[in-house]
Formats: sequence, structure tokens, C-alpha cells
Amino acid sequence: MIPILAFVNDEPLVGVFLKSVFVENILLSFFLGMCSYLAVSKRVDSSVGLGIAVIFVQLLTVPMNWALQNFILGEGALAWAGMPDSDFSYLQFVTFIASIAAVVQVVEMAVDKFSPKLYAALGIFLPLIAVNCAILGGSLFMVERKYGFAQSVVYGFGSGFGWALAIVSMAAIRWKMRTANVPAPLRGLGITFITTGLVAMAFMTFSGI
Amino acid sequence: MTATTAAPVVTARPKAPLFGKAEVKAIKDPLWDNNPIALQVLGICSALAVTTRVDKAIVMGLGVTLVTALSNVMISCIRNLIPNKIRIIVQLVVVSSVVIVFDQFLRAYMYDLSKQLSVFVGLIITNCIVMGRLEAYAMSNPPWRSFLDGIGNGLGYMWILIVVGTIREILGSGTLLGFHVVPQALYDAGYVNNGLMVLAPGAFLLLGVIVWVQRSISGYSEKH
Repeated sequence: MIPILAFVNDEPLVGVFLKSVFVENILLSFFLGMCSYLAVSKRVDSSVGLGIAVIFVQLLTVPMNWALQNFILGEGALAWAGMPDSDFSYLQFVTFIASIAAVVQVVEMAVDKFSPKLYAALGIFLPLIAVNCAILGGSLFMVERKYGFAQSVVYGFGSGFGWALAIVSMAAIRWKMRTANVPAPLRGLGITFITTGLVAMAFMTFSGI
Repeated sequence: MTATTAAPVVTARPKAPLFGKAEVKAIKDPLWDNNPIALQVLGICSALAVTTRVDKAIVMGLGVTLVTALSNVMISCIRNLIPNKIRIIVQLVVVSSVVIVFDQFLRAYMYDLSKQLSVFVGLIITNCIVMGRLEAYAMSNPPWRSFLDGIGNGLGYMWILIVVGTIREILGSGTLLGFHVVPQALYDAGYVNNGLMVLAPGAFLLLGVIVWVQRSISGYSEKH
């Protein structure tokens, strides 16, 4: 009856973390967050900034959406309010995206107020994050895999970390590639895809863990 | 009928032609010259995830076309009422409402496919094509033209998806829309399905090559 117990999936936390960072990297095996990945990975310093911002927002939104799902939206989640038959899961998308946009807005204001220096570094990336599919995707995967609360915290951190790892390593490769003589039509997008494919292949070797 | 009515007008007059120059351009441009995936680099996320099979690619393409067109129309109708500061939130709410309708429709009529597409139906909300067209087109153009722009971009997205899906399905599992197309004789002669095509790296490599081909033909190239 209690949602926390009813929804628990018994994967160990270390496993959830390793899986979300390496084996099922949200960028390299689910292709989420590609748009900002392709646009920002031209420079290493901005990649690090965006990577940290994604980890931070993911760490906040996944557990928050977990709470929304298990106490308000899910099937029978409103049992604590005396409505055991409720099922608002069709409102999932709009609720999740609104909560993500709200968190991003609050984080932006808080960072601006308390650490102007950090704001100068991260500020321009935060609005981008509200429409980053990795964030919404993380929350949707959390629901689909029926993670418990602790797992959703770990998953939020792990998937954000995996995304950051992928974008920073890609930025480093692209920086090196500036001196390479790439055929003109392949320059930019094309070669980035092919390199990402090779990186994804390298990450697949982790799937034995 | 005079040709001058095709010039950008803020409100659609009844006399404006249904398919003037701007309307044809809105629907034709994104198909090749300004393709959302190959040139504008938008909507890549789902382009790769759903293309392991052609039927998934078609349904996803239709979904994106529908969502882009409908949300373009809605935003275009209220474009003069949206305060500039909160426009992203307004756009997100409109888009997610349309996506919810599409998702419920899939669950009702194509349950298996909706299970296979899993989170990617919901992720149409954050598909950059939808948001990109809302920002770049619907916020400054009348509803009918925005509708055509949405259809055009959706179709431009869909044909790339179908091409990628066809190649991946044939090479990866030897089928097309679920039917076996690679003859048994080939397998007997030692041919093996290329499992890499079904996995993520294959998708990246293939899309890279498609972009390469498209750009070699259209002559577009970017600086480092």
C-alpha cells in the first residue's frame, strides 16, 4: 500500500551508479541531450560548466520527480489523501517538465544571489538545461525502472555524471581535432558523430561489469 | 488574385492565397535545403534512439510532425499575448499537452509500439525541433504558415529517420518492417547480421555518414 515499498526495485546502489555512468550512459547509449552536447562540446571549459550544471540539476530533479510520481501522480499514489483509486499518470509529462523548469529557475536565482562568481560561469547554461532531454529523460527512466528514493538520488547523480563525462571527453577530442585535416563536408557535425560512435563503442566494453 | 498578397502580412486576409510563395517555402525548405537534422542539427536525440526498426521510425516521425504542426499553430495564435519573459514555459506547456494527447492515442491504439518507444514519446517535448520551430517561426508568423512549417520540418525529420531506420533494420536484423528481406541463401553462404547496427555506436557512425553524404551533395560545410 505504501508507495515507497510498493515501487522498490532491488538493484544495489553501487550497481545503479555504475550502470548509469558507464554501461547505460544516458548520452552514449540512449542519445539523450545530444543537441546541447553537439553545440557546446566545441570548447572544454564550457563543457565542464554545462556538465556540472547538468549533474546539479539532475541530482535535484530526479528525486523531486520521484516524490511527485509516488505521492501525487502514480496509480494509487494519493492513498495518503484518502483517494486510493486515483491515477494521474497521464499528467506525468506536463508535471515533470513544469517541475524541471521551476527547479532550473530557482537554481538560477539562488546561484545568482549566493555566488555571483559561479553564476557568471554557469549562468548561461542553466536556461539551456530546462529543454535538455537528458533531464526529462532521467526522470522518465526513473519512473519506468521503478527506482526507490535512494536509487533515484544515486541515479540522478550517476546519469548527470555520465553525461558530464561524455561531453568533457568529447570536447577534449574535438579540441585535438582542430588541427586535423577533415574533409570539408564531414567537418563539424559529421566527424563529431563518427567520433562519438567510437567513444560509445569504447564505453560498451564496460557492459561486462 | 494578385501575387503581392504573398508578402508577409501579420493577419491572414481571406484573399491571401492558400499556397503562396511563403507557404510553399515554409513546407519545402526543411525537406532538403534546411533539413532540421542534417543542417540545423536539431532533434538528434530521438533520431538515433528510435531508428533500430522502420515502424518505430515512422510512428516517431508522424508524432513529431503532428506535435510540431499543432503546437506551432497554437503558439502562433497566441503569439501576441505571450509575455516575452515566460515564453519558454508557455511553449513547454503547450507542447507537452499535445504530446500527452499523442501518447494517450498510442497507448490506446498501438500499445506494443508505445511500450517499445518507452520514454522517447515523452521526450518529443524536449525535442529541439519542436522548441526550435516555435522560437524561430511560430512566434513571428501567422497560424496557417506556421502549420505548414511544422509539417515541413516534421517531414524533413521523418525522411531522415526512415532512411536511418531502413539501413539499420536491414543491416542489423535482416528485416524490413518485420519481414525478412535478406534471402536465406545469403545466410547459408556465411552472411551474418551486423549486430553493431542495432547498438548505439552503429547509429552514431551511420548518422555521421548520412550527414557527410547530404552535405557533399548540398555543398554545405562548417568551419572548425
